[in-house]
Amino acid sequence: MTDQAQETPSTAKIGRLARWRQSDLWWSFTRSPSAIAGALILTLLILAALAAPLISPQNPFDPAQLDLWNSELPPIWQADGQWPFILGTDTQGRDMLSAILYGSRISILIGVCSVILSLTVGLSLGLVAGYFGGIVDNVLMRIGDVLLSIPTILIAILVSAVARQMLPPELRDVGSAAVLVLAITLSAWVQYARTVRAQTIVERGKEYVQAARLLKTPARRIMLNHILPNTLTPIMVAATLNFGMAILTEATLSFLGIGMPPSQPSLGTLIRLGNQFLFSGVWWVVLFPVLQLCLLVVSVNLLGDWLRDALNPKLR
Amino acid sequence: MIVFLIKRLANAVLVMLAVALMAFMIFRFAGDPVELMANEQMSQADRLELREKLGLNDPFVTQYVRFVVNAAQGDFGISYRNGQDVMTLIAERFPATIELALVATALSLLIGIPLGVLTAIHRGRWYSEGLQFVSIIGVSLPSFVVGILLILVFAVSLGLVPAFGRGDVVQIGWWSTGLLTASGRASLLLPSFALALYQITLVMRLVRAEMMEVLRSDFVKFARARGVPRWRINFRHALRNCLMPVVTMTAMNVGSLIAFALITETVFQWPGMGMLFIQAVTFLDIPVMAGYLCIVSFIFVTLNTLVDIAYAVIDPRLRDATR
Repeated sequence: MTDQAQETPSTAKIGRLARWRQSDLWWSFTRSPSAIAGALILTLLILAALAAPLISPQNPFDPAQLDLWNSELPPIWQADGQWPFILGTDTQGRDMLSAILYGSRISILIGVCSVILSLTVGLSLGLVAGYFGGIVDNVLMRIGDVLLSIPTILIAILVSAVARQMLPPELRDVGSAAVLVLAITLSAWVQYARTVRAQTIVERGKEYVQAARLLKTPARRIMLNHILPNTLTPIMVAATLNFGMAILTEATLSFLGIGMPPSQPSLGTLIRLGNQFLFSGVWWVVLFPVLQLCLLVVSVNLLGDWLRDALNPKLR
Repeated sequence: MIVFLIKRLANAVLVMLAVALMAFMIFRFAGDPVELMANEQMSQADRLELREKLGLNDPFVTQYVRFVVNAAQGDFGISYRNGQDVMTLIAERFPATIELALVATALSLLIGIPLGVLTAIHRGRWYSEGLQFVSIIGVSLPSFVVGILLILVFAVSLGLVPAFGRGDVVQIGWWSTGLLTASGRASLLLPSFALALYQITLVMRLVRAEMMEVLRSDFVKFARARGVPRWRINFRHALRNCLMPVVTMTAMNVGSLIAFALITETVFQWPGMGMLFIQAVTFLDIPVMAGYLCIVSFIFVTLNTLVDIAYAVIDPRLRDATR
């Protein structure tokens, strides 16, 4: 261990990679076809979303690039399809592929932000509640109970509707991503807080924490350096599955018309806009965003499912 | 037991009070009710009078208590949008939502249990693995996507069933039902399946996990040794022992089905209270939003409390385990 620490950064990195490749987690990953498929698809989708400005044929937000002559073109493999509109265009001549790539960008961004925010809130509140107990614990858990006794989708809808109303009108479009992150966080943090709290109460009683307390280690340090790392296993699973949930919640809110506005469409907004043309035979404007959303969430859930089994000590 | 009952009920009442506080806060924060109700010609004096009449000048606590007392009697005020009584509006649409949620629950049991048993007893066969994979997709698909895909395939392409509305309904007292007419049943088909799909996969996975555990137990081995026929072991001995958690989960999830029905209702233009709520949200019709929130949470909390109490009646060990 000691000589490893003295190695140059680059070899230390290789050492870490080698160690990772010898771990149980990697071993079970290489033996799970669904996990590999999930990881591959997810990586591809994220890369494509990040590179959207480079690879998409058109900037769907730039009205100058939209041409009404190109509206309602079917996908390229159909008789009237036209290059470069591989997946066809919508009623305003917007290229569906570009819209979907840009839309995934927004969906993934909101998903990542809300997972990070709800993790931060949930972890810190759970640690504090579990470590100190008493009134703090009681109050926090009661609030959690109340939030859990209302269906999460209702909380998200209410928060998003009310928060947007409180913004000044000129900020409503710009602020809608932030409002969505807030709404999803408020409905998701309880789960993390509960998991961490339960684990913290268990860890608090163990000898290493008592030893640290005897040494007068500050409470903050005990919580962050000693207890937190031991609660992360179940949290990793919850965070992965919640990433999928967050993307779904965002899509649902946008679909219901209380999420991202049509000027910055996420996948949910695209589905809502396309849904209006469901009966006019323009099926591609709704089907492709739907498929992309499903692909995204299914790949996240495949990873999450595998992670849950791989990290479960009972199943080893 | 009585202590447990009181504790559990007190908890439920506390949660409802908190929900009412949330509903009340929406009133306070989302816009000024006077501005939303008043028309342009109203003078400043009239506005002040309206403010006094609505009791908006009273202290916070007084207003909250008044809100709770009124809400407990089913009075949520009148809709900002069309001036109708909120409770009447919700009551009109209540049967449509409940019918949808109950049919979806029935579907989830009728489809989910057999599939769960099948995948448990034929573990490793291609079709069980396939079903297991499909169930992950079922969990991942948001219900509005399921709805849209169902409409695309069965209503637009094949034209088999209607894609929106409730069809003809029959009025029985204050309850309206679509189950008694052919068009009502046909319209119910797609929405209830779209709503049920998530629940079907949950039931299937739960039954599968429970069955696999029970099939390993001694009494099943003993039954096999006695030469009891396979199907009898699977469906009489094993399945019966799995049903308790399934029933619990189903009972608790009826509440979330009612809440999630609002998405299905929007997709299928189903005239239930969920659609009423979404319309209220887009127009910021706060009394309707508050009323819906309180009623759905009430159903949710009542179901959870009943399930908890039923469990305590069945299993005395749980009575002490609660805080």
